[in-house]
Amino acid sequence: MDGNAPIRRSASFPPETIHEIQRAAAEGIYEIRGFGAKRRLPTFDDLVLLGASISRYPLEGYREKCATDVVIGARFAKKPLHLKIPITIAGMSFGALSATAKTALGRAATMMGTTTTTGDGGMTDEEREASSLLVYQVLPSRYGLNPRDLRRADAIEVVVGQGAKPGGGGMLLGQKITPRIAAMRALPAGIDQRSACRHPDWTGPDDLAIKIQELREITDWQKPIYVKVAAARPRYDVQLSVKSGADAIVLDGMQGGTGATQDVFIENVGIPTLPALREAVEALQELDMHRKVPLIISGGIRSGADVAKALAMGADAVSIGTAALIALDCNRPIHVADYAALGTAPGACHHCQTGRCPVGIATQDPALESRLDVDAAARRVRNYLSTMVLEAQTLARACGKSHLHNLEPEDLAALTVEAAAMAGVPLAGTGWIPGRY
Amino acid sequence: MITVDLEETSVRDLNQRLHDLPGDTNERTWTVVNPGGRHALLAGLTLPLAVTVRGHVGYYCAGMNEAADVVIDGHAGVGVAENIMSGSVRVRGNASQAAAASGHGGLVVIEGDASARCGISMKGVDIVVGGSVGHMSAFMAQAGRLVVCGDAGGDLGDSLYEAVIYVQGTVASLGADCEEQPMADADRAAVAELLARAGIAGDPARFRRYGSARQLYHFHVDHADAY
Ligand SMILES: Cc1cc2nc3c(=O)[nH]c(=O)nc-3n(C[C@H](O)[C@H](O)[C@H](O)COP(=O)(O)O)c2cc1C
Ligand code: SF4
Repeated sequence: MDGNAPIRRSASFPPETIHEIQRAAAEGIYEIRGFGAKRRLPTFDDLVLLGASISRYPLEGYREKCATDVVIGARFAKKPLHLKIPITIAGMSFGALSATAKTALGRAATMMGTTTTTGDGGMTDEEREASSLLVYQVLPSRYGLNPRDLRRADAIEVVVGQGAKPGGGGMLLGQKITPRIAAMRALPAGIDQRSACRHPDWTGPDDLAIKIQELREITDWQKPIYVKVAAARPRYDVQLSVKSGADAIVLDGMQGGTGATQDVFIENVGIPTLPALREAVEALQELDMHRKVPLIISGGIRSGADVAKALAMGADAVSIGTAALIALDCNRPIHVADYAALGTAPGACHHCQTGRCPVGIATQDPALESRLDVDAAARRVRNYLSTMVLEAQTLARACGKSHLHNLEPEDLAALTVEAAAMAGVPLAGTGWIPGRY
Repeated sequence: MITVDLEETSVRDLNQRLHDLPGDTNERTWTVVNPGGRHALLAGLTLPLAVTVRGHVGYYCAGMNEAADVVIDGHAGVGVAENIMSGSVRVRGNASQAAAASGHGGLVVIEGDASARCGISMKGVDIVVGGSVGHMSAFMAQAGRLVVCGDAGGDLGDSLYEAVIYVQGTVASLGADCEEQPMADADRAAVAELLARAGIAGDPARFRRYGSARQLYHFHVDHADAY
């Protein structure tokens, strides 16, 4: 036998699996972490846009207009929101994120004419001031929920679920609970705070309709009311949300980020954004509500290409969480020793739950928080949003569209059989949509 | 006193009229008749008004109440006084599920019985129930006090945080992390004060106190059986 025999690893037990089994054996508890699903999933990368040619006219890049605005809430609200771009900032809690990070996101959204969203734990004054359009979440935990904030919000989002954990509640670990956060949530400082998985005062769609009616009554029917659901059974959830009287639906695919959730949950519950979006659009079409009740899709959106493809599939807007944090500085290769101290490295960090965020985003530690310069951070997120919009416009013009919303499934082809089946668009080079024709 | 008949006026119009009242209004005493089980009645009041509803109300009556004193001279549907911030809500009859859910402050009095999940997620409200409460009452209750003059259903105070529960009658079972604790003089004084504010007769000496054992405040593998 020569000494160079290749090391043979097991496909069933790769090093990460071995490590996880031994970690579980030592600690007796599952891993709780931040970020979204890390496993490979079918995504918008598996679709391509079909640019114009002889049978379609393109629009002139840099010259001809390609509009990007979207109206949300025109179904019932007296004051619908007029967004300049179809990209919103998703709800991320003050608690999971620092006040500085929340402020920077608010300022960036304001500069771009779009919304940012509160999160579990309530609204802060900093966030309200920084955001010209702020969506206020009503979550099962009801932490910090109060009618004053409901009235000073621009829209209300009833959160039923999050893509990272459909059917699951939340957990903000004690290390992140400062006295301010504890007071906002009416809980003792330093304890692990569980966020409920069910709303305390309603169950099922009939109740939800009455809950929405109550929120409308409290706010005199002024504010758009969104319902946010995790992608598990989007066909039912979308139709039931419409029936319950939602002005808009936020649908979060399984890639969706989180501040702290069990790894086993993140990786194994829910369906990816791609098939969820198709099911949701079909559900709306069945009710003749497509483009009448706006659909905001989230979970793994990273680029203008993702935006263009999501809109082509029928979304009205997208929402971003993780990518916005990355634009802020998440996973940037600075303070590398602090990543190492968490047992990770830039590019692989998912340690938001520790409160020791090396770049000052997912932390409540004043020293770490000061690493994020709020003006510079806001500018970065603004630049990133702006780039995404330019990218999406470029792609839409190439498909001959004068508005991003004019993109359509006919502009898409799939690169894999799986994506063709899930997105409901033909496999490239064929007319074949698996499961249909 | 102003009387509004809900056979003639919509809930929307009534709520809007109450929301539009200026802070220095003289129109402080209201009576609502023929509520007919309608939902979201008197939701989102912000002024110190005295409002009496003659009849039964549907879901979320007096939801998110601030400052107003609301009396429901009948039974109340799901989530009466949900997320109440201040003021008071009194139900002369019985209340359905989730009464005073996630209430942050103020006083909720239910003279009859309250159904399941009374005081669920409560965050500082005081609740006095003249009769009994259903199962899972004070589930995940964070702060405030729940006084039950009758009996409590199963899993009382499951996953309780810092809210305190006083029960005069029997408790079918305690939920995870809820334990009986000694009644101190301060507890008897608190019960006496709450009963007096609620206008409900009772002997504070006969109440037992239930609070959090605080074993689940930090997730630990040795407590996995409790979940
Ligand atoms: C740090 C962090 C905190 C979050 N907190 C909340 C929350 O409080 N409420 C909520 O509905 N979703 C929360 N989410 C999920 C986002 O709203 C959104 O659904 C998700 O981030 C979208 O997927 P993406 O991260 O791939 O863009 C959080 C996400 C992150 C990354
Ligand atoms: S860098 Fe900060 S925000 Fe990004 S994953 Fe790590 S802890 Fe979370």
